[in-house]
Amino acid sequence: MAEPNTPPADDVALAPYHAALAERRLLIKRCAECGKPHFYPRPYCPFCLGDKTEWEQASGAGTVYSWSVERRAKPPYVIAFVTLAEGPTLLTNLVGVEPDAVAIGQAVTLDFEERDGVPTPVFRPAG
Amino acid sequence: MSIKGKAYIAGIYEHPTRKAEGIPLAQLHAEVARGALADAGLTLADVDAYFCAGDAPGLGALSMAEYLGLDLRHVDTTETGGSSYLVHVGHAAQAIAAGKCKVALITLAGKPRTGGSQPGRPPIGIVPPDTAFEAPYKPSVLNIYAMCAQRHMHEFGTTSEQLAWVKVAASQHAQHNPHAMLRDVVTVEDVLNSPLMADPLHRLDCCVVSDGGGALVVVAPEIADQLARPKVRVLGAGEALKHSRGGEVDISYSAGRWSAARAFEEAAVKPADIKYASLYDSFTITVVMQIEDVGFCAKGEGGRFVADGNLISGVGKLPFNTDGGGLCNNHPGNRGGMTKILEAVRQLRGEAHPAVQVPNCDLALAHGTGGFLGLRHGSATLILERV
Repeated sequence: MAEPNTPPADDVALAPYHAALAERRLLIKRCAECGKPHFYPRPYCPFCLGDKTEWEQASGAGTVYSWSVERRAKPPYVIAFVTLAEGPTLLTNLVGVEPDAVAIGQAVTLDFEERDGVPTPVFRPAG
Repeated sequence: MSIKGKAYIAGIYEHPTRKAEGIPLAQLHAEVARGALADAGLTLADVDAYFCAGDAPGLGALSMAEYLGLDLRHVDTTETGGSSYLVHVGHAAQAIAAGKCKVALITLAGKPRTGGSQPGRPPIGIVPPDTAFEAPYKPSVLNIYAMCAQRHMHEFGTTSEQLAWVKVAASQHAQHNPHAMLRDVVTVEDVLNSPLMADPLHRLDCCVVSDGGGALVVVAPEIADQLARPKVRVLGAGEALKHSRGGEVDISYSAGRWSAARAFEEAAVKPADIKYASLYDSFTITVVMQIEDVGFCAKGEGGRFVADGNLISGVGKLPFNTDGGGLCNNHPGNRGGMTKILEAVRQLRGEAHPAVQVPNCDLALAHGTGGFLGLRHGSATLILERV
């Protein structure tokens, strides 16, 4: 599943998302019709298929929904689902944390790591 | 329209190879097709429908119909990962019930050990929409299923010891299968002492990787009446998809909750009526979650349900995967749905190994999950009856 971490050149609808990443900001989408937030972002709301979806900046606060450590990798890395304060849960990596110190429900905060030259949203323990 | 009782599984075949060096993918498909037709007592000329999934080479059904020399009036290439073949049986029953065909051939083959195919990979140049948001974090089949296990432990108190019992039961069965890759009986301690692969899953919580394949022949009732094999009837079928739902993620359950409910409703039987269950065992956690979602116990009780040998034939209350399953026998092409159906049919025919044959096995369930349990997956359930 290792695909290059670069935005598709011909995806106009996602251009604001990738532009925000370059400024180390994470955007989600919210539907102006049904009011629900969603991630990953689409031009059409996955709850009502409405076309009035609007960009919204994530606060960066979240909690760990689940996690694991890929022990075969060198070095091992922590994969996780993090639930954003805004609602949606996304796939990410936890950084700056010892694997044995991760817990479901733990408060985490957004950070960015350069991967393939692109600032990529990751999370580290809050506080 | 219900498909209840309108189609029969008349032929089955499991390829004996677990490492298919020198055999290309199309040939593997042909070998399992020959085996299943011979088992049914049918010929190439009898086949009027063909079903295959993403493991078939080239243009799938087009490439394979040419290679096999099939003349078809119905085709279906539904792709839901490893559960595709369970879906295919339901679709074949629908097509037969609607009069679209009479003899449906379903094939699976894969070579993850010796190359030649990458089942489940999208065609080159077609990148799914989730890729940019997931691939940078290096998700793997292993670590995604591990997160399901982690969450299950958190919500329901499931333990590594309970998960290990699933592998113990599979190994008890595999010792009787001469084709199984892993025939040594293991203990709970063996599983817990095997290397940690992705917390909380250990090496022995994971299925094998194998080459091989399998095939089925699903036929109309009037065809089944003419054949010499024991009659296995499709009583109910259900399918369902589950995904990340715009970020409303809940990985505590699978789409099996919906596919099984649909199959039981169609069959008009209850989980307690099932004498034998084939359950997709990509990992031990997969079995625990499916047991709950299919309805053999309440949500969250799966860990306690599988403990203490409860899945071992002749010992526990729900004999499962008596061929050794994906955990010990094989997992051809990284797609375990086909072998789940094959062993359920063997049990219903009374042709399982005598050491694991369930007495008077007249009602069986085969269930599978394809794709990524924690991300997007397809579940399918079949309820089969010996008549």
